[in-house]
Amino acid sequence: MSSEKIVVVGNGMVGHKLIDNLIQHEEADQFELITFSEEPRLAYDRVQLSSYFAGASAEDLMMTSESYYQENGVNYILNDKVIEVKVAENKVITASGREESYDKLVLATGSFPFVPPIPGKDQDHCLVYRTIEDLEAMTASAKESKIGVVVGGGLLGLEAANALKNLGLEVHVVEFAPRLMAVQLDEGGGELLRKKITDLGVSIHTSKNTKEIVAGESSRYRMNFADGEYLETDMVLFSAGIRPQDELARQCGLQMGERGGIVINNYCQTSVDNIYAVGECALWDGKIYGLVAPGYTMAKVAVSHISGGDQEFKGADMSTKLKLLGVDVASIGDAQGRTPGCLSFVYQDGVNEVYKRIIISEDKTRLLGAVLVGEVEAYGTLQQMCVNEMDLPENPEALIIPSIDGDEGAGGVGVDALPDSAHICTCHDVTKGQICSAVQDGASTIGDIKASTRAGTGCGGCVALATQVMNCELSKLGVEVNTDICEHFAHTRQEIYHIVRVEKIKTFDELLEKHGKGMGCDICKPTIGSILASCWNDYVLKEEHAALQDTNDYFMANMQKNGTYSIVPRIAAGEITPEKLIVLGQVAKEYKLYTKITGGQRIDLFGAQQHELPLIWKELIDAGFETGHAYGKSVRTVKSCVGSTWCRYGVLDSVGMAIHIEDRYKGLRSPHKLKFAVSGCTRECAEAQSKDIGVIATENGWSLYVCGNGGMKPRHADLFASGLDDQMLITLIDRILMFYIRTADRLQRTSVWMDNLDGGLEYLKDVVIRDSLKVCSELESDMAHIVSTYQCEWKTTVEDPDKLKRFRTFVNSNEKDNTVVFVEERKQIRPANKDELVRFVESAEPELV
Amino acid sequence: MSSDELQWISVCEADELSPLLGVRALLDQQQIALFNVKGELYAIDAIDPFTDAAVLSRGIVGDIKNQVVVASPIYKQHFSLASGICLEDESVSVKTYPVREKDGKIQLGKKC
Repeated sequence: MSSEKIVVVGNGMVGHKLIDNLIQHEEADQFELITFSEEPRLAYDRVQLSSYFAGASAEDLMMTSESYYQENGVNYILNDKVIEVKVAENKVITASGREESYDKLVLATGSFPFVPPIPGKDQDHCLVYRTIEDLEAMTASAKESKIGVVVGGGLLGLEAANALKNLGLEVHVVEFAPRLMAVQLDEGGGELLRKKITDLGVSIHTSKNTKEIVAGESSRYRMNFADGEYLETDMVLFSAGIRPQDELARQCGLQMGERGGIVINNYCQTSVDNIYAVGECALWDGKIYGLVAPGYTMAKVAVSHISGGDQEFKGADMSTKLKLLGVDVASIGDAQGRTPGCLSFVYQDGVNEVYKRIIISEDKTRLLGAVLVGEVEAYGTLQQMCVNEMDLPENPEALIIPSIDGDEGAGGVGVDALPDSAHICTCHDVTKGQICSAVQDGASTIGDIKASTRAGTGCGGCVALATQVMNCELSKLGVEVNTDICEHFAHTRQEIYHIVRVEKIKTFDELLEKHGKGMGCDICKPTIGSILASCWNDYVLKEEHAALQDTNDYFMANMQKNGTYSIVPRIAAGEITPEKLIVLGQVAKEYKLYTKITGGQRIDLFGAQQHELPLIWKELIDAGFETGHAYGKSVRTVKSCVGSTWCRYGVLDSVGMAIHIEDRYKGLRSPHKLKFAVSGCTRECAEAQSKDIGVIATENGWSLYVCGNGGMKPRHADLFASGLDDQMLITLIDRILMFYIRTADRLQRTSVWMDNLDGGLEYLKDVVIRDSLKVCSELESDMAHIVSTYQCEWKTTVEDPDKLKRFRTFVNSNEKDNTVVFVEERKQIRPANKDELVRFVESAEPELV
Repeated sequence: MSSDELQWISVCEADELSPLLGVRALLDQQQIALFNVKGELYAIDAIDPFTDAAVLSRGIVGDIKNQVVVASPIYKQHFSLASGICLEDESVSVKTYPVREKDGKIQLGKKC
């Protein structure tokens, strides 16, 4: 079969999805793909457009890349609009005059924002909200404006209002209909939404018909309404709905809807067999679908038909759940109760500002629709019940009445009741059945599910539901995840921590006798050594703890590949005097050590043999250094920039705070290493957002970021609290660290720990800020104990002649270890590699004979 | 070969070999790791065959499936102290040596 040439006009989200489906198709090599876009870039995520104002770049929003298209042989032409289709010749022609023939043509031209025909709408600072270029224009206009008006109180309009608010404008929303989100909400829901949004400082004007936009008196423009009232504003943003971009189809004579839209059949074919239309430009059964999920389904159907399959488009569920200006809103099915004879239940909570309504069928057996404002937890369940036409429980009202403590929300429907065909992830079209088979194939974490099915990787709204489905399937399979730390203890790290605390256990042997079996191993021993240190803060080389330590903790240095060690003295916050710097140089020179600056703003000295460690440390301690704990699962460094002391932009004294923090938490043993940083202003030179604990100075005080990390799987830290004074900052860090030490798994970094907390960041805030578990004072006193019992382990060691004996290389000889061989590179030593070692031995041999 | 044919060389005082904490001895240029596990003495090559670094005396001692083992501190393979065999890869092993305590000394046995 010769290859088939497919031309895709438009590279928006749906156009790209179609191309991606063709690339992933098993017969991908049969297709020759060309796509045209009038925009200057390939497809980006329009759904997340507002995140552009939260700091996302155009780059962050991209859904694909030129290199991805290149690798997969997709031809793409940007900045060139297709202006003509010669249907009879199977050819398209672009604005620049380019001609391209096709076997199959796909129109994915999308939509354009509808601007009502109001006189004055075409002036400067009258804008729309659709593309990245529109956002750039909005940002520029906002700089010269104080007041902004959004015309349109629908979903997109409210999102645009939020964007204007974030740009610092006084914001008004003008809506033609008598309520907000007239398509998705009923009157009650719309009213509550209006109240909540008004409380946030956005003025809402409903039932307003704009007559004209003329020059203003106090502002740039005045909008005159049909009822005689007016509103003054500096900019106007139109977000009054979309219209299908169907000009091209109209021009080439395809069948169109009365009010626009390219008519398609169930296979997404237009009135011409080899021309397809998908997404917001297509009209199916008299409807335009202005959401991305139905567009994706159309893309899938079209690809199926192009490649000889028989999938059909059968309409789509238009349920939505979203956060508008911080207010949770959801709409499901027939939200307005238009079905003849339908009944409804309403739950209204004026105190907590929650509105919920469900619409059920006349015979009380089916859920037809729902509106949720202020609290949308029931969305997943309700949406599934509605779409899958499941039987209603006996008391349908229980679906929206909050469950009283101890009462398992009587009407809640377990995920077990969902059919396998239930769509869990509508963005990527993943069913319950697919998630279950992923679990059967070995997936056991939500991360596995995301990787193998892509569920939850679109808007993310289904993660909670997908997790429930996964857990349900796991327990059905009888999978009990074994969380024992090793064969010697049938407990998790967290359980062992509690046992140690509650029973006041002070040694490994005591714990093993009471709660373990066998002798222990290299997994449980260091873990329990760390727990004992976290709880009681004993000297780690005390007789009863010494054999629990990894070699790094035992020799208090970092073992390198050839069995030698590296030494990292503490240089708190990276601040060091010239005198101390010289001492480091002198010691390194004396013991012939390799020196390198670390990523944590310290100096690492490599190549020391074990017997040299105490000698080197004696000199370092005499010069005023103390151990840097680089060897331990403990607090490492607090990186800092110079801050307000030197920097022209610094807002607070970041070095001072970094030194204070490092001194406070130095030596703290934890489930994994901990890295901190303090930046003196939001330029963030200390890269605090990639640390477990990151502190950034602002004009209003410190901002605290938590649970970030670099390394193999980098993760940005989350903003935890802001506007903090010095003392509050330390209090919060005390609590977070101690809570982490108490509850994390072995070798679990803070990021993974938080992701695994049920409720994540919000839960952590509840515990640490709002003291929901009533443990904060305990966490603080635990930390105070550790801080007050700090000792420099190396100082304790070099003062004890008995301990020094342990550092001998050989018990019976003063010879050096002959397996340690160094060669010179760039004027310093490095371990000899295998080849060099062989040469060394060969050249040495004749002398031995 | 009977133990009579071994020459016993003292390498350290018995109290220098603490329970579960290995030490290293040098015998005819061989680096040997010595362990005292609940009164039982073991001696194996100190050089880790996976990395050629003399580190086995510095590993954590414990038991895995009822075998007394030491874990290499570099890549954490476990070696049986009794047989020298690596638990993760049975084709790899380290030498074991005769060892005993006599008159308060730890002694290594050497073939005559």
